[in-house]
Amino acid sequence: MVPVPIKGAGTNADPNRVGPMPDTDANASLSEKLTALLAVPVVLFFRLFEIPFRAVQRVGGIKAMPYVFLLPNLAFFGVFVVLPLFINFAFSLSGGTNIFLSDRVYTGTEQYEFLFDCANYLDPQTCREDRFWKAIFNTATFVFIQVTCLVILSLVTALILNRKIRARGFFRAVFFFPVLLSPVVVALIWKWILLRDGILNAFLVSIGLDRILFFVSPEWAMFWAIFVSIWSHMGFYMLILLAGLQAIPPDLYEAAEMDGTSPERVFWKITLPLLWPNMLVVVVLALIKGVQIFDEVFVLTGGGPGTATQFIVQYIYTTGFASRVQNFGLASAASVVLGVVLFALTVAQLAATRRKDDV
Amino acid sequence: MSDTAQHPRSIGRLIRARRGGSKLHWTDVFSYIYLGLGVLLMFAPVLWLVMSSFKTPAGLLEFPPTLLPLGQISVDVPGFDDPLLLFNTTMEDGSVRELAQVRRVGIVSQMVDPNDPEQTFRVGIAQNEPIREFRMAWENYSDPLENFNFTRYLWNSVFVTATATFLTLLINSMAAYGLSIYEFRGRNAIMLFVIGTLMIPITVILVPVYLVVASMGMVNSLWAVILPGAATPTGVFLLRQYMLTIPRDLIEAARMDKASEWQIYWRVVMPLALPAIAVLAIFSIMWRWNEFLWPLIVLNRSEVYTLQVGLNAFQGELNVQWHYILAMTVVTLIPVVLVFAFLQKFITTGIASSGMK
Repeated sequence: MVPVPIKGAGTNADPNRVGPMPDTDANASLSEKLTALLAVPVVLFFRLFEIPFRAVQRVGGIKAMPYVFLLPNLAFFGVFVVLPLFINFAFSLSGGTNIFLSDRVYTGTEQYEFLFDCANYLDPQTCREDRFWKAIFNTATFVFIQVTCLVILSLVTALILNRKIRARGFFRAVFFFPVLLSPVVVALIWKWILLRDGILNAFLVSIGLDRILFFVSPEWAMFWAIFVSIWSHMGFYMLILLAGLQAIPPDLYEAAEMDGTSPERVFWKITLPLLWPNMLVVVVLALIKGVQIFDEVFVLTGGGPGTATQFIVQYIYTTGFASRVQNFGLASAASVVLGVVLFALTVAQLAATRRKDDV
Repeated sequence: MSDTAQHPRSIGRLIRARRGGSKLHWTDVFSYIYLGLGVLLMFAPVLWLVMSSFKTPAGLLEFPPTLLPLGQISVDVPGFDDPLLLFNTTMEDGSVRELAQVRRVGIVSQMVDPNDPEQTFRVGIAQNEPIREFRMAWENYSDPLENFNFTRYLWNSVFVTATATFLTLLINSMAAYGLSIYEFRGRNAIMLFVIGTLMIPITVILVPVYLVVASMGMVNSLWAVILPGAATPTGVFLLRQYMLTIPRDLIEAARMDKASEWQIYWRVVMPLALPAIAVLAIFSIMWRWNEFLWPLIVLNRSEVYTLQVGLNAFQGELNVQWHYILAMTVVTLIPVVLVFAFLQKFITTGIASSGMK
């Protein structure tokens, strides 16, 4: 994800303040206490670095300092992001079960050929690696439905929370808090509700319906995978849209009201066009997140029943790490495919952001 | 956001809410119905988890489930060593008596009147209805913390979260300082590179990062979880944007006073950037506490599990012990709820201003 300055960020920030963050006056006493408590070891820690940094500054002069400050972070990026990116290609071009590259056999594009060996791309059954294609189809289904529902629901919620509503802060917090829950916790909360003897089935029985074994039916498992991921992520997107809504100048609405414009027309002609940049950001962010879905669904359904809710990241995880024969080459090749998709989405996001700046 | 100043109002006023004193418009009604359902849908599952976590294993097996955690009352009866379970027993003449169960053989229970231990009865178990009271099964919480690896998982999670957050704050703020305070060749290129790394989430490079970690000999060590995600592009970006707003004069003044660059970093810029650092700290704590996929891959031994991985392992067991899982899920949830309750404003502003979480 590329960071994008969201329209409406800090709109009502005090203009005298230095930065875009909330002022900390309210938390002053808390932060003062914390500071006092943490100060001693922290000061000692920073003092410790003063000697080497002074020495470097004496030798290299001020010109060398930015590089010195950047070095640790860039080293981490180099070792854990850039280097792996290249190794990934090397892995995807090699075979065998050894993790160290020197022990691996060069196989050329064999892994990719294996992944893409299909008689008919629209039917996973005809592919040699049908699990991969099933995962791709599942991910596509998931992303399509989840992103559509997610965007509509967060828009509706943001619109409602943008009205003159009592206790708006409370309601906003209610919709937002699942965002902070860990995916594992979210999955366990819902699994407990959806079990055979769970409260939802108790409810169904009490109104005279039959129990449903949600995790045995592929359709229901997919439904709940989508539902739970919407439940836990909606607040995040709602917040971005709410920030956009609050950035729309109120005088536009006042003018519309004076002209007697109907609410529907106000929505289609004022709200939606002005919110469009934020909508685009939300759609692309949701797509990027959705393609990488793993945690909550893995804990909730384990990919099952069968492979009904197995998504692309789980395919990579299972192939590379969780099966008896660890096929690192195939997992890497699938990662590269996922990377290409994400890259395309990010480029789309950049294009969307650029258009937003033009507007 | 403007509404943060608004305090949540009482339910009564909420219900009587009007638009400009006029009649309640249908959109208002719809809004409140929607919000009401939203509150139910968002809160009820968590509430159900918390209430269930206090139920005994027997209570959890019940179908339909009871709303509140209940425990069967037992009484001390003279002449018996152990406390006996109390039942409402329907007698043959149709009357109902409160009796204690001495023993059960097949479908027949031998009962005793707790007030008159001489009097014993033999009844079918179908005639017995357990007498229960509201009781919280605290042992769901204390048992795993004492007997299982859960304290270990908890400690691992705390260690990973604290260490990783500290490391992230340190190296990210240093990088942000370098990118915001100095004009130097390649500054824009490095900024572009930092933002570029955002495009490569861990899901895309799982295998090679595992190789890097393995060749450093860190598999099954907590450092394998801490180090790969320590440098975050989000953090550098967030802090840099903030540090750019710090007046240059301050830094020039410090230089005049012969402060070294390192001193300017930690005595001038860091204190001024504290609000942004707080936001990043909260983000980092949330990321690390909730992280799942990478620890799942790199931690394969039970003693190095973090809470999230441990919980997942528990729920994947053949004989799922839901009473412990539910309680431990609540324990995992507590820090998040605390962070949310106290720092909600920081988080929402941080997300709204960066478009990231």
